[in-house]
Amino acid sequence: MQTMISFILNNQLIKTDKPSGGSLLDFIRYDSNLPGTKIGCREGDCGACTVMEGSLNDEKISYKSIVSCLTPLGNAHGKHIVTIEGIKMECLSPIQNSFVANAATQCGFCTPGFIMSLTAHSLANEKSTKQKAIASVSGNICRCTGYKSIERAAEDISKLLEDKNINNPIEWLIEKRYLPDYFLSIPKRLNEIKENQQIANPNDVIIGGGTDLMVQKADELVESSINLFQDRKDLKGIKVENGRCIIGAATTASEIEQSSIIKEIIPEISSCFKLISSEPIRNMGTIAGNIVNASPIGDLSIIFLALNAEINLGPRILPLKDFFLGYKKINLQKDEFVKEIAFAIPTKPTLFNFEKVSKRTHLDIASVNSAIHLIVNGEKISSCSLSAGGVSPIPLFLYKTSDFLKGKAISSELIIQANEVMQGEISPIGDMRGSVDYKRLLLRQLFFAHFIKLFPNKVLASDLLSNSDMR
Amino acid sequence: MNNIDSINHVTGKSVYLDDILIQKGTLHAVVFGSSIAHGKITHLDISKAEELLGVEKILTYKDVTGQNQIGGIIEDEPLFAEHEVHFQGQPIALIVAKDEHTARKAITLIDIKFEEFEVVIDPRIAKEKGLLLIPPRTFRIGDIKNAWSKCDYISEGRVDSGGQEHLYIETQGAYAYPIDNGSIKIHSSTQGPTAVQKTASKVLGIPMNRIEVDVARLGGGFGGKEDQASGFAAMAALASYILQRPVKLSLHRLDDMKMTGKRHPYSSDYKIGLSKDLKIIAFQTTLYQNGGAAADLSPAIMERTLFHSTNAYYIPNTEVTTYSCKTNLPPNTAFRGFGAPQGMFVIESAIARAANELGIPTRTIQEKNFLTENDEFQYGQIAKSVNIGNCFSTASRLFNIEKIDNDIKKFNQENSLLKKGMAIMPICFGISFTNTSMNQARALVHIYQDGSIGISTGAIEMGQGVNTKMAQVAAKVFSINIKRIKLESTNTSRVANTSPTAASSGADLNGNAVLIACNELLKRLKESAAKILECSIDEIKLQDEQVLKNGQVTELSWEKLIIKSYLSRICLSENGHYATPIIHFDKSKEKGHPFAYHVYGTAIVTITLDCLRGTYEVDNVQIVHDFGNSINPTIDKGQIEGAVVQGIGWMTMEEISFNKDGRLLSNSLSTYKVPDIYSAPKAIECHALETVGPELAILKSKAVGEPPFMYGIGAFFAIQNAIETFNPNYKLDFDAPLTPEKVLMRLYEKNV
Ligand SMILES: Cc1cc2nc3c(=O)[nH]c(=O)nc-3n(C[C@H](O)[C@H](O)[C@H](O)COP(=O)(O)OP(=O)(O)OC[C@H]3O[C@@H](n4cnc5c(N)ncnc54)[C@H](O)[C@@H]3O)c2cc1C
Ligand code: FES
Ligand code: FES
Repeated sequence: MQTMISFILNNQLIKTDKPSGGSLLDFIRYDSNLPGTKIGCREGDCGACTVMEGSLNDEKISYKSIVSCLTPLGNAHGKHIVTIEGIKMECLSPIQNSFVANAATQCGFCTPGFIMSLTAHSLANEKSTKQKAIASVSGNICRCTGYKSIERAAEDISKLLEDKNINNPIEWLIEKRYLPDYFLSIPKRLNEIKENQQIANPNDVIIGGGTDLMVQKADELVESSINLFQDRKDLKGIKVENGRCIIGAATTASEIEQSSIIKEIIPEISSCFKLISSEPIRNMGTIAGNIVNASPIGDLSIIFLALNAEINLGPRILPLKDFFLGYKKINLQKDEFVKEIAFAIPTKPTLFNFEKVSKRTHLDIASVNSAIHLIVNGEKISSCSLSAGGVSPIPLFLYKTSDFLKGKAISSELIIQANEVMQGEISPIGDMRGSVDYKRLLLRQLFFAHFIKLFPNKVLASDLLSNSDMR
Repeated sequence: MNNIDSINHVTGKSVYLDDILIQKGTLHAVVFGSSIAHGKITHLDISKAEELLGVEKILTYKDVTGQNQIGGIIEDEPLFAEHEVHFQGQPIALIVAKDEHTARKAITLIDIKFEEFEVVIDPRIAKEKGLLLIPPRTFRIGDIKNAWSKCDYISEGRVDSGGQEHLYIETQGAYAYPIDNGSIKIHSSTQGPTAVQKTASKVLGIPMNRIEVDVARLGGGFGGKEDQASGFAAMAALASYILQRPVKLSLHRLDDMKMTGKRHPYSSDYKIGLSKDLKIIAFQTTLYQNGGAAADLSPAIMERTLFHSTNAYYIPNTEVTTYSCKTNLPPNTAFRGFGAPQGMFVIESAIARAANELGIPTRTIQEKNFLTENDEFQYGQIAKSVNIGNCFSTASRLFNIEKIDNDIKKFNQENSLLKKGMAIMPICFGISFTNTSMNQARALVHIYQDGSIGISTGAIEMGQGVNTKMAQVAAKVFSINIKRIKLESTNTSRVANTSPTAASSGADLNGNAVLIACNELLKRLKESAAKILECSIDEIKLQDEQVLKNGQVTELSWEKLIIKSYLSRICLSENGHYATPIIHFDKSKEKGHPFAYHVYGTAIVTITLDCLRGTYEVDNVQIVHDFGNSINPTIDKGQIEGAVVQGIGWMTMEEISFNKDGRLLSNSLSTYKVPDIYSAPKAIECHALETVGPELAILKSKAVGEPPFMYGIGAFFAIQNAIETFNPNYKLDFDAPLTPEKVLMRLYEKNV
């Protein structure tokens, strides 16, 4: 039986029986005749298809940017989807005005995407800064302008937003003509849309944010029976219980990034996220999706491996280290799914660092990434968990290197020796993201970087780089 | 003044190919391309695919009603492969179905078998095997043979530069439908509507007047839609012609990346000789252009490489030879710079290595060898209004190059893991199609009864602002508000026999045609006004939408003048024709005067290198550029910034890779990286050199599309400079792009 998908598209209530695994982008462009949202890649990498998604949480509505090409239509259910046509008013919005004034559009093909990302930015319940405005377009590629004019526009926009009411941005934004009036009526209208009862079938394809699956097999998903996870309340949220931090499987990367709980436990974690995908992709992609996808360079897998996380599969709980069996092979039975990821909250002061190098620093998959989590007692390392991606068929927990470091006093000498151990523990292959030699050298460098950053007084870069010999 | 399209752009109202409202009964097409790079098709069975519900027809070469041929310069490229395939992605069939999804599904049902042949992807190997697209060409000046003995210092080496994916955000596409009289109308995302028309006419086997091509605008082109749009448009047209139904073909990004050609990779050897006082006496280079499987525009691109292989330098004894090599890559094609960047990279590398070997800063050699007035280029043209020295000295003074040097030294002493590097990139770029016959354009200007104006030209608007510039020209001639002027879509029925919008010359050629048409109309309007006001024509002037008589405002407003002129049966339409004067080139001698003028400039590029991780950021690109007398500084600045970032991308992160079987590995946006907002330079400062501007540029405003691309080359040398500082063992090599991988390997390279 086909469920009805119901959502508000701009100012219009939609009810459709189109397949929930089809893409929201196609629905917008071809079923709703709204051609302002563009297609550049269909893989989440250009941002031309960016729209805003508004969702209700305890009667309060919040908006974020998403890429419509990777959004399964079913994930739009109960949401407010806003395209460039949905912010049409009698005049240009101040964001559109800034783009015109700064000549931030040339061929114009990328422009609606940029405008929607920045409009989502204006809706955030926080103060705007130039950096944040720019971060909001981290998922938008422009091949014409060279971005400087877009930066100038972003700067102007953040200034205009300076006295925004961050508690009630919508009213303020309507008054200042960033948004049309109908936005005020949306929460009530969304409330009237009933939740869809999903009847799960073990053969259904589970989709979280769709940011891996829709890239890998969009054509198949249209014809598949889908089990939507992204909005499952029982799988969402971050909480602390019995000294453990528990993250629901459907929690998105952005939710982890912004979580006050995570910031309190290990503040360094939040700052890793700017190196992971882009704002709209983080707004969509879930933690379980990243782990189940089992890419050897999955950033969240690498981070949570270093946190010694466990993965809760309902009947079974496994250390995350044991979840990855081989290239894209995982320890998950047919009728199982991921419920949550949890890790013990460190009781002692801990050190955490994440490193990632890719061809392009932002919005790119790592050549090699690595995370380290240390507890230090005086001079000595009392516990160490080190992980690395891109150097083996799986996201790798480096057992031997971690063990080697445990109980030892930190010195440049030790780190150089540890690198030798580490090099014996990895088995990189040469591919698009780098040759074997490069990946080995790069992991060494990132490993050194952990210590140079965490122990600037004990470990000297010059010692590390002159004494050790790679090749 | 901003781009006249910008309000429609920011509201999402601008219409691109895939946004055209489609007609009832429109079919959708998907191209079936070869899965191997070289071989023979031994078996092809499309019957199962054709049986799939919703599939209307599958076209192969057998269905072509005219000639199965799309080669532009040389007829060497079939529309659909017949018996052999020569690159991975080469079109074999076109699946036409009720929707794209069905068409895509049908592809999986096509049964095909190949006998695989040897694959060549390296141009040097192709040359050895005698696989050339055209015979080699050589440009010469002076006496290279006897020059070496006069050199005090000689240096040799090899230089490689990689390809580059255009990555226009709008992919290739066309929408074709039958119209009256057995004709076909094609909407195409092309830079060359006439090329589309000609190609479709040939493929369908009907005269050109039965094919109407219309282009509203492109979501980026950069050269990638100059020639390569034609094949896809011809496919849509053929399907529409055969089925008598509207057919849309809008490429999926993955197909676009796989099937279309890119910037040519080049591999080159050179030898350079200098005198004691650092004058370059001799320069000899051989460049192997990786042309791909068919000629496409490679011969013309190779020619521009020859023209620009000495960049902004005067070298009395030069010999440059290029081989256009046939390999099993998609036919490589035009890309901003058109072969010039590859040539300039070689001479700049030669200078950098010579400087390194002599232990002096690169710029010492650069500065000593700049072109000066009346120097002769290797192709015989005499350099006039040379501004390179001026650009360089202005940049040095304005941006205080000594201070930049000192700041970098200080920074590098204070930081062990971060190093800064700097390079100077001078440019000299000739404006005009090097094929002289293409330097012509027409403009059709209609003044309507209400005083509004419609202008049709051969220029394609793709973000570069050509339409805005042409509207400015017309508004200036008539002295009216630019809002009265509309630039029409580019349409082969309104303006025929157009040259593609390319070679940075769109505004010069079409703008001059607009100027000619408007001046003629102005003359008529003045005559008409003189009659109405009963005075002589010399007393009339149009200013601010008013007719002035002897400087005095009259009761004749623009609108009144137009309606009255119309009622007096004055022709309010004009077709302007422009052909660039002076230029000529004799290929048998490889000498002539191919360019209307040259564009000059200098950029100082500074970068910061993270020597721990091998990553880098561009701190600043400081430019002094010779715009002439820019008619639109806003648009021109946008062209500079965009080109610089694209050039940096080519030299740094944009890495095209094919495996040895000729399969594209960098086949999607997740594996092929173009600059994002964070990889743009922290600052781009651009200062306009004060010059008068050449007569042959539109209103003395120089062409600006391509030249600044080459400033990006400076990023390579700046990064290399920082690597040298960190690793004294590093032996300079010239293999672009300088990706973080190559950087890290070089940072830790040991002396061997
Ligand atoms: C442009 C772009 C950039 C990206 N950049 C990065 C990056 O920098 N670093 C990085 O690590 N990743 C990156 N990714 C990958 C992706 O965003 C992440 O892996 C993301 O976390 C996947 O989550 P999702 O919910 O979207 O997964 P989905 O695509 O919805 O699902 C992925 C897989 O997980 C399964 N699944 C999802 N939830 C569950 C569950 N609860 N139980 C069992 N199975 C489940 C699905 O069936 C599917 O097999 C990028 C992706 C894109 C498109
Ligand atoms: S189309 Fe490129 S991100 Fe969606
Ligand atoms: S303006 Fe053309 S891609 Fe951004």
